[in-house]
Amino acid sequence: MRLLIAILASVTLLITEYRSERLLPVRATLSVLTDSLKYAVDLPASLFEKLSDTLTSYETLKTENNKLRQEQLVNQTQLLKFEALEKENIRLRALMENSFKLGEQVLIAELLSINLAPYEHKMVVNKGTRFGVHQQQPVLDSNGVVGQVFRALPFTSEIMLITDPNHAIPVQVNRNGLLTIAVGSGVANQLNLPYLPNNADIQAGDLLITSGLGGTFPAGYPVAVVDDFPQTSNKSITHITATPKAHLDRNRELLIVWTNNAPIQLSTPAIKTPEPHE
Amino acid sequence: MNNQHSVLRIFITLIFAMCLRILPLPESLAVFNPDWVLLVLIYWSLAIPERVGISYAWMFGILTDVLMGRLFGQYAFSYSLVIYMVLIWHRQLRQFPQFQQSVFVFACLLISQLLLFWFENLKAPAQLHGTFWLPVLSGTFCWTLVYHIMRFVRRF
Repeated sequence: MRLLIAILASVTLLITEYRSERLLPVRATLSVLTDSLKYAVDLPASLFEKLSDTLTSYETLKTENNKLRQEQLVNQTQLLKFEALEKENIRLRALMENSFKLGEQVLIAELLSINLAPYEHKMVVNKGTRFGVHQQQPVLDSNGVVGQVFRALPFTSEIMLITDPNHAIPVQVNRNGLLTIAVGSGVANQLNLPYLPNNADIQAGDLLITSGLGGTFPAGYPVAVVDDFPQTSNKSITHITATPKAHLDRNRELLIVWTNNAPIQLSTPAIKTPEPHE
Repeated sequence: MNNQHSVLRIFITLIFAMCLRILPLPESLAVFNPDWVLLVLIYWSLAIPERVGISYAWMFGILTDVLMGRLFGQYAFSYSLVIYMVLIWHRQLRQFPQFQQSVFVFACLLISQLLLFWFENLKAPAQLHGTFWLPVLSGTFCWTLVYHIMRFVRRF
């Protein structure tokens, strides 16, 4: 009798959650309990990190500081040029009466070192709906796209990596603008490119960037580099793969991105252009 | 052993099992990480079937669902079913030698994993790797260990 009730209840819950998102508040409430477990399991790792932070010697700090300062200088000079280019791009687009989306906000989230299911490519970070994180937000690291927010809970959120077999990301070959979709392979650090025509112009070493189609990922972020593949007359037989730019297995710090969906103002005072339409 | 005391003990062991479930292990070991929560539940329902039954299994199943980020009810379903089986046969199971108990636990873990496999495929036709089934084997080997540790905890 009890078994029947339990099974009926579970099946009802399964179907409700499969069909709708009505159970999210329930999950959020219960997750407060389980999230405290996640933080508890993560505690040794984060304590160790703090400890090693406090125990680094003056010398290492000094060399690291110097290195970072040099990097900062290089980045700054590159940014100067970038800013000029961006302005120029906006002006040119204004001439063409094209709308231009720009501006993203980021939040730094830290990975919790816990292991959910080894057969899935998912991670848990320490920022949740309390910080305004919501589903389908893109997640980056300093090198490229990591994945997207799969489920946001009050104190933690689950992130699906781009290598998860159920994940696909619209990409573009940076060299020539060729559009395609990169699908997760289920293997660590590998993406598949199954939807390429036979005569596609793609080479090993090509950089794939997000194309912005689909609306989840903002355009222009590096995703992966195409791997070597044997050159044959018929490329469809060849299995083309790519290696993600982001360090999916090494980084502890990730960036959760808010994209600004409103296009920025195009009319610049220098050139008189008609108001751009959306 | 008074009532309140034992309830506390059951809860602590189950929560500890849930922590073990999400332990950050290297990839090569993580594929072997067995379903500790189910093993502990099996132990308790074998030891004190009049107290730990399907309601416990369902409750901790739901919590495990939330913990692991599964669809609601997956673990609740499989845990309730397995604990029901244990409750039916608990008298015989107590008489069994360690080896035969392990065989039964193997069957339990296999049923639970089969149900999970089915639910996962329902959600998305996932390409599940062969390593998906390894926790069943490692769980069976861990049963003796869990049994002795839990008996120590119960009599402590």
